[in-house]
Amino acid sequence: MSKVLMKGNEAIAEAAIRAGCLNYFAYPITPQSEVAEYLSWRMTEVNGVFLQGESEVAVSYMIFGAAGAGVRVFTTSSSPGISLMSEGISYLCGAQLPAVFVNIMRGGPGLGGILPSQADYNQATRGVGHGDCRLLVMAPASVQEAAEMVMMAFPLAEKYRNPVMLLGDGLIGQMMEPVEFPDHLKSEPSNKDSWATNGIDHRNGTTRNLVRSLFLDPEALNNNNLMLRAKYERMKAEEVRFEAYNTEGDYQVLIVSYGTMSRVCKTAINALKGQGVEVGLIRPQTLFPFPDVAIREAAAKPSCRTVLSIEMSMGQMVDDVERCLHGVRPVEWYGKCGGEVPTPEEIIDLVKASV
Amino acid sequence: MQSEVMFAGFGGQGIMLIGKILAHAAMEEGYEVAWIPSYGPEMRGGTAYCMVVIGDQPIGSPIIKNPSHLVAMNRPSLQKFVSTIKSGGVVMINSSLIPDDVQRNDVDVLKLPVVEIATDTGSSKAANIVALAAFVARSKLVPLETLKRCIEEEFQSRPKLIPLNMKAMEAGVAAANK
Repeated sequence: MSKVLMKGNEAIAEAAIRAGCLNYFAYPITPQSEVAEYLSWRMTEVNGVFLQGESEVAVSYMIFGAAGAGVRVFTTSSSPGISLMSEGISYLCGAQLPAVFVNIMRGGPGLGGILPSQADYNQATRGVGHGDCRLLVMAPASVQEAAEMVMMAFPLAEKYRNPVMLLGDGLIGQMMEPVEFPDHLKSEPSNKDSWATNGIDHRNGTTRNLVRSLFLDPEALNNNNLMLRAKYERMKAEEVRFEAYNTEGDYQVLIVSYGTMSRVCKTAINALKGQGVEVGLIRPQTLFPFPDVAIREAAAKPSCRTVLSIEMSMGQMVDDVERCLHGVRPVEWYGKCGGEVPTPEEIIDLVKASV
Repeated sequence: MQSEVMFAGFGGQGIMLIGKILAHAAMEEGYEVAWIPSYGPEMRGGTAYCMVVIGDQPIGSPIIKNPSHLVAMNRPSLQKFVSTIKSGGVVMINSSLIPDDVQRNDVDVLKLPVVEIATDTGSSKAANIVALAAFVARSKLVPLETLKRCIEEEFQSRPKLIPLNMKAMEAGVAAANK
């Protein structure tokens, strides 16, 4: 297939279908409503299901039900909507069900605004639901990458029997860029017999699959949490993804930035290069697991004096950057939220002030 | 090399559409492209603008402070953006709605009554296509043949509208070359 020009939201929708996901439940919210708009007609073409829930809470349990039945399922929302879904997400983690959640972030807290933001970093990587639950969180920086990550997200969710979140800012959803879709995936989770409540007869076995997150026996609950923890540790070992930019040579400053913000940083880095100032960039493509080692190694380069965490939030990812540096280099945060994206000029001034 | 074009006007003037057509044409020419809309709480009659970025390298920042070119379809757009345009850029002005002159001599100003031109070709609704064609004829960002193909493709689902838009395109090119 050749390149087509598409909005990020539409590309996410199309990629899900190409990933074999024929079940989409959602409740509209700016800036991601185009996903639902697109799938409202596209799902009928592929004999899939698009059902608008009466609320995001309801949607999260539609996801729970479909995932429990062993089919690929996903939803999309934006910040306040994800807050409402957080209960269901925790239940999915507890019951070890795979599903994909897309959060096209807008400014908060509360209803906030509708413009791009990255202020749900902590929610996505730390506290998307109650209990010891984690999501594998992927952060695209282009429309092409959003499509590719959606297609990766379904198999990953199934590999870990855990929800995966795609975390994009409003611009990733609203921007149009050329996109080329990878090949179709098979339309059924290959390992669904290990959890799906699709009837014993179909599995030719005798063990019942039971979908539940309730473990009243403390030992059983502790065991469930140990099992979850082992999965999250395995994600840290196997699923870290990042991009290193301009890190081959020496640089005085290392920037850590993701999503749209990282593109602004790249433009600034290219301009600074022309002025004789070298700046490296690590762009996490997974936010959980976080690229601890890559950032630590890039920051430990002898020429590197300082590390900047640049994000469209009031300082959230900076905690992860500090955590993985163990005090090896000073870390500063820079950011804006509310819908304004820092410009390349601002980043250039910031870097110059710190060297 | 990278060029950025700001398309700006009222909601309902087809601003987003002409930005998309230019981005499509540039993509067909093998360029890297990005189309970035304003997506505030907008409505018909409100302000609408989009930025089209065309480059030969992967596009970095989608946030552009100083675009290369401007297509201003209404007065507030011209007033808001004309001072931000880089020296040497094309400033295309819809003089049907904008009486002002540009107080800069370092940009290439193209003033055309695109609404009247479109009305003469069949419908005032094609004013956006007139403006796009005139802008492309002047800025030469993409070949006119490619632009034509992309306009046709855009109206594929409503083929009745293709002849009108083809005429609008030709009229826009002719007006720019006058």
